[in-house]
Amino acid sequence: MTDTLTPVLTAYWDQPDIFTIDGYRRAGGWQALPKALGMTPDEVVAIVKSSGLRGRGGAGFPTGVKWSFLPQNDNKPHYLVVNADESEPGACKDVPLMMATPHTLIEGAAIASYAIRASHAFIYVRGEVLHVIRRLRHAVQEAYAAGYLGRNIRGSGFDLDVIIHAGAGAYICGEETALLDSLEGRRGLPRNKPPFPAVAGVYALPTNVNNVESIASVPSIVVNGGDWFASVGTEKSKGFGIFNLSGHVTTPGTYEAPLGITLRELLELSGGMRGGHRIKFWTAGGSSAGILTDQHLDVPLDFESVAAAGSQLGTRSVQIFDETTCVVGAVLRWTEFYQHESCGKCTPCREGTFWLVRLLEQLEHGQGSEEDLEKLLDICDNITGRAFCALGDSATPPITSAVRYFRDEFMQHHKEGGCRFDPALSTAWSTT
Amino acid sequence: MPFSDDVRSRLDADAAQIIGKYPGPRSALLPLLHLVQSEEGYVSAGGIEYCAGKLGLTETDVTAVVSFYTMYKRRPVGKYHVGVCTNTVCGVMGGNQLLAELREHLAVGDDEVTPDGQVSLEHLECNAACEYAPVMMVNWEFFDNMTPQSARQLADDLRADHNVAPTRGPGRLVTWREAARILAGFNDDLATEGPAAGPADLVGLKIAKEHGWTAPEPGQGEDSDRHALRRVARGKALRSRGPRGACGPSGRAILRRVPQRGAKRSGGFRGVVPPG
Repeated sequence: MTDTLTPVLTAYWDQPDIFTIDGYRRAGGWQALPKALGMTPDEVVAIVKSSGLRGRGGAGFPTGVKWSFLPQNDNKPHYLVVNADESEPGACKDVPLMMATPHTLIEGAAIASYAIRASHAFIYVRGEVLHVIRRLRHAVQEAYAAGYLGRNIRGSGFDLDVIIHAGAGAYICGEETALLDSLEGRRGLPRNKPPFPAVAGVYALPTNVNNVESIASVPSIVVNGGDWFASVGTEKSKGFGIFNLSGHVTTPGTYEAPLGITLRELLELSGGMRGGHRIKFWTAGGSSAGILTDQHLDVPLDFESVAAAGSQLGTRSVQIFDETTCVVGAVLRWTEFYQHESCGKCTPCREGTFWLVRLLEQLEHGQGSEEDLEKLLDICDNITGRAFCALGDSATPPITSAVRYFRDEFMQHHKEGGCRFDPALSTAWSTT
Repeated sequence: MPFSDDVRSRLDADAAQIIGKYPGPRSALLPLLHLVQSEEGYVSAGGIEYCAGKLGLTETDVTAVVSFYTMYKRRPVGKYHVGVCTNTVCGVMGGNQLLAELREHLAVGDDEVTPDGQVSLEHLECNAACEYAPVMMVNWEFFDNMTPQSARQLADDLRADHNVAPTRGPGRLVTWREAARILAGFNDDLATEGPAAGPADLVGLKIAKEHGWTAPEPGQGEDSDRHALRRVARGKALRSRGPRGACGPSGRAILRRVPQRGAKRSGGFRGVVPPG
């Protein structure tokens, strides 16, 4: 039986110098790379496969399997790209991880690069987090100086350069093929798949793209073994993960737990809802996963159970809203975000998100009829599955789930000719 | 207006260094745009022409890239560029009110700058700090858990050029142009300033330590590496393991978790320092 919380990635964040190489070494860091270099790349892939680690960026694809898709002995350069463009509304795990323990990520990137036979690794970090970028660069410099990066690392014959690449503000660049276009100095537009990045990624060469938390999980797996990681979590969603609680809870924050923990458990740990209020709706995996309600407090937060409840585990970004929050207004804001971030490449997303915002504005201001609500759902239906990439598909779950659970509230706006919620009551400084 | 020879000769060494980092030269375009933004505070026609020239691209190619990304500004912004997150969590928690009040207080609209050139304002989408809602950014540094009072005070301090320190960041703010230079790939000496993590990042860890909750032991080991890392990982928590379930939920489904394997605690390798 596993403990309720299982700090591994977050276990040393309270050490004031954990972002330095000395602090990280004191915490047992930089021991996984030498161990990995003593194995063959295929053995490293096998350990990560055996751990059952699934992509922590939201999609949940098995990381070791993804690594094994890269062709072997093709005499071409291979690349590792770490997706550090964390931008999903509600997600705040990768940015604090890189701020506190950049060396964990760099060590994981070095091991992953060795496993996929890459001699270049890019860390594509969103540009809007200046101090995180400083910390990453500093860690890379320290790692070069200590001989963990560079030429012939620790006499193994393995060479690796790590490049910290700052983005310039675009949610779409979290989509892996858009990220690759952006990394090549272009507008961040998603690419057709296939070919998948494993065959034709950055510079049309074999490339593996992984999320920060996935890569940061690798050193502990290499040190402790795949079985160790797989002993935590559920049968199909193995291991631990970072859960971010935000919104109307008593103690918002980071909780690292086995996959399969429930919101009820997390709420007990975080002191419950803020005083005198009750939960109205929440997201399990960021806004793109859609919302859940108080009926879902006991849904195990693993990939399968959350999907069965009609949402997605995604990035474990648990945003919690109490009864003072207007669900129509909340969904309108998310939809404005998707409209703003739509790259414009495909019509369903570009045009669809525009009209979704117009309709939701009308509904929020009490000018939308039942017919408009049906039109809203109809447009969602015409985006989902028809958009070029996952961003378009992500724009609709917040709306369809909100209508599923709160149809009456949408219509109440119409009946009353406006929104009855007082936004002042939802603020962090509200005293009632 | 094209860059002067002076500016070019100063930027050329930086540009060569940036381009040299990448296996494919065009990958240098985003950092080069950050570089020209650090020169002028925004991306001018001259900056676009400079980047295009460095990479053998047309100005149209470069302009198309500039217009795609929100961090590149086509007009001057303030010495301190302030962003207020109004994505749903921050907006609901008070970000909408903060933005409205700051617009009024500073008498500026989105991406507009105060007449003294000190402060500009824009609304932001999620900046990955939701646990600290409502969040503001200044020159891409975190200002957590803002209130109407602290937001107004911050704006006044920035206009008066008083030193202010981000919540999770270095002891001082760098200017907008200095920030752009860091984004372009050049370091300052502030990386080791500031906390490793903020208070909200540590709440779960604190609870785990209070209860002695840890990740399971690895299986009894054939090598010493794993034990060394684990030894540190467990620390005191192992010895002070508290009663289970003190915070444990009543409805916990025991069967849904795979029982841990090989979980015997070992002591034999504890003092061994691994090679290397």
